[in-house]
Amino acid sequence: MSDNNQPVLDIRAVSGGYGDINILEDVDLKVHAGEVVVIVGPNGAGKSTLMKAAFGLVQVNAGEVLLSGEKITNISPDRLVHKGMSYVPQERNVFPTMSVQENLELGAYIRKDDARAQMDRIFDLFPKLKERRKQAAGLMSGGERQMVAMGRALMIEPTLLMLDEPTAGLAPAYVHQVFDWIRAINDQGVSILMVEQNAKQALRIANRGYVLATGRNRHEDTGERLLADPEIADMFLGGR
Amino acid sequence: MEFLQLTYNGLVLGSILALGAIGVTMIFGVLRFAHFAHGDLMTVGAYVALTFVHWLAWPIWLAALPAIAVTSILAVVLDQLFYRRLRRVAPVILLISSFATALMLRALVQIIWGPDNQVYATGISIPYRIAGLVITPDSLKVLGATALMVVVVHLFLAHTKMGKSMRAMSDNVDLARISGVPVKRVIFWTWVFAGALTAVAGILLGVDTRLIPTMGWNILLPIFAAAILGGVGRPYGAVLGGLIIGLAMNYSVLFMPSAYKLAVAFIIMIAVLILRPQGLLKGISL
Amino acid sequence: MNYLGFYHYGIYFLTTAGIFGVMALALNIQWGLSGVFNLGIAGFFAVGAYASALMTGAPDPEHWGGFALPLIVGIVAAMLTSGLVAFVIGAATIRLRSDYLAIATLGIAEIIRLVIKNEGEITGGVRGLTGIPSPFNSDNQLVMLAIVLIAVVVLYWLADRARISPWGRVLRGIRENEDAAMAAGKYVTRFRLEAFVVGAAFMGLAGALYASFIGFISPEAFKPVYGTFLIWVMLIAGGSGNNVGALVGTFLVWLVWSFSSLLTDLLPGGLATQAGAVRILLIGLLLQVILLARPEGLFPEKSPPLIGRSRKTRGDIQQKHS
Repeated sequence: MSDNNQPVLDIRAVSGGYGDINILEDVDLKVHAGEVVVIVGPNGAGKSTLMKAAFGLVQVNAGEVLLSGEKITNISPDRLVHKGMSYVPQERNVFPTMSVQENLELGAYIRKDDARAQMDRIFDLFPKLKERRKQAAGLMSGGERQMVAMGRALMIEPTLLMLDEPTAGLAPAYVHQVFDWIRAINDQGVSILMVEQNAKQALRIANRGYVLATGRNRHEDTGERLLADPEIADMFLGGR
Repeated sequence: MEFLQLTYNGLVLGSILALGAIGVTMIFGVLRFAHFAHGDLMTVGAYVALTFVHWLAWPIWLAALPAIAVTSILAVVLDQLFYRRLRRVAPVILLISSFATALMLRALVQIIWGPDNQVYATGISIPYRIAGLVITPDSLKVLGATALMVVVVHLFLAHTKMGKSMRAMSDNVDLARISGVPVKRVIFWTWVFAGALTAVAGILLGVDTRLIPTMGWNILLPIFAAAILGGVGRPYGAVLGGLIIGLAMNYSVLFMPSAYKLAVAFIIMIAVLILRPQGLLKGISL
Repeated sequence: MNYLGFYHYGIYFLTTAGIFGVMALALNIQWGLSGVFNLGIAGFFAVGAYASALMTGAPDPEHWGGFALPLIVGIVAAMLTSGLVAFVIGAATIRLRSDYLAIATLGIAEIIRLVIKNEGEITGGVRGLTGIPSPFNSDNQLVMLAIVLIAVVVLYWLADRARISPWGRVLRGIRENEDAAMAAGKYVTRFRLEAFVVGAAFMGLAGALYASFIGFISPEAFKPVYGTFLIWVMLIAGGSGNNVGALVGTFLVWLVWSFSSLLTDLLPGGLATQAGAVRILLIGLLLQVILLARPEGLFPEKSPPLIGRSRKTRGDIQQKHS
């Protein structure tokens, strides 16, 4: 086990993007064990890119990424899954022609053991999925699909769950629920890093937040203090 | 009565198309390209079986086993030699490569087995007549073998980890990758799977008609039509699409010259591409 | 081969190479310039050949046509008919992904061949059309060669102008990002359709020249192997996107193809009857090797800013993911 001060995810001075063109410039970010960390900022700030860089989906050209002290810079996603990292993309995050249960089974692909116990835990978290376990994921509503997507990512019992705009495109009623789920998942000991457009609500449940703009760190603080900062509210959170 | 006979014949042709289309649709779904050599891979399967039938006097069902093995291995070898390397360049180059592969396979068949018509079994088998319907023993073999294969395919795709992985990759490659599905291994087994089905489809085509080097190429367009009608990447759709195309091609003789059967498959395909590009089973599970 | 035989063969070789050159340039407008994937070259070639043969041929009670008109009328008819067929098929399918366009064009070529075979009252059916006159009814082979070379030069000039014109720039931009282009909708579809129709019309022109040169056409001549596959090998070998490359590729591949018959003549008895198949196997292998070893061809496209960079990044991303 790593010592207590060692962050689960440690992004150090990372620059990167697609090919030689850097979208991120010298960005730092840490997620400590048990934390919910949210990345906020205006459109095009590089929020999702940062998360993808950590997950090996975007090339890191400088700096390094550590997972519980182990260097994982530019390691491909299929290997990171084995190290306990899970990622839920913003779009196309379910297998549409496959049933809910099959979606979860695929999430457990790398598990050698019977993942039944974990599936039951996920069904406890999302009872609706249990009801509809035979239904094709592509036929479900946006909110239900988000449950399937999170459920799939949780099947490996990750130490770090990364969510890319989990509330994007959802009805307002669902947005609240998604944040409740995230809290519930976090309560089970999973560290969470997420990118969110609904910055205010996200910051309310977050331990800490990072404000990103034009691919660089702007601010880093606890969720409460970021919410309270009038300058940040004006610039990034769409007024008060 | 003619209608009933056409329906029966349509189901027989449709069975063969269905088996070919499952392979095409899985390659299309998993690898994202239209495999133009699929028809000629069928031809290879049919001729390998012919060799065992003629030389060793094996029954056709036994000869199917080495034919399946050879065709599957050949499919994997073609992927390793040509397609695998080209996937990294540009997807569309794969089309040209598979077109070249198609011609090479056909040339190879012609060199090894000769350009003339051949059959598995000579002599005339007496057809059954049931309620005016003419049913040849060979056509029953085709229907029976197809039914068996569809059950096997279903069990594989719905109940094995590899089968589910193939469907997952066909649904969403990126998500499969980030879920830890070993993409390369799934691609390998997809070729084995498609190769095996292709061999069976080729043999059944040979049983139903006769063997010529162009047999697979001639049926490629209806197979693509079946795969597109059923929805690309949808194995169950491919079966449905195959049967519909087979029926439509046979019914068409009621109101146009039989020489234009192929055109019927083509027109259905174009109509689907324009009106419902996701195919019949859009938004339906399985 | 004596001196005279060599001379005649040389003229024959150059004329056929020129006709293939027209097709390679036409394919280059579609694929090289615009990324429009056409596996039905043989179909448009056939339509042009038949349209021209029916216009220029002598009257024949066995089939329709035979108006004994001059070759120029045949050429215009060939280009219009091929262009029209391309317009109809393209209007339906041009906005689709390359795979579907490839299947659709391959299909239309097969259906064209079916129609030619079965509508004997118009096309002469499987027996084909005979007695198609040479240009000006001249016996001099050099006349035909001259006309073919003029067609090559004119098309080369037009294709090169098109490449650097605003129209060509738009097309190349579309080609480089098919997904974005698809999303952009109607405007893009029109440009691609134009390139497809123009290319097909020139394939029709090649058909008209071919019919007049050989004097006899039948459905057998328009199988995908010769009509479609060889042209693709020529363009890829020479370098798609590059008009000089298209012509050099045509010349070299036609040279290889023609002289491969010398090679297959050396085969032992049994295989000699399969010479055609052996040649196809070899040329297929040649294409695979080119695709693997030098996909940009002998003469890569000259506008690196568009293609060079995007290829590289696309490769990078793919490699990282695989």
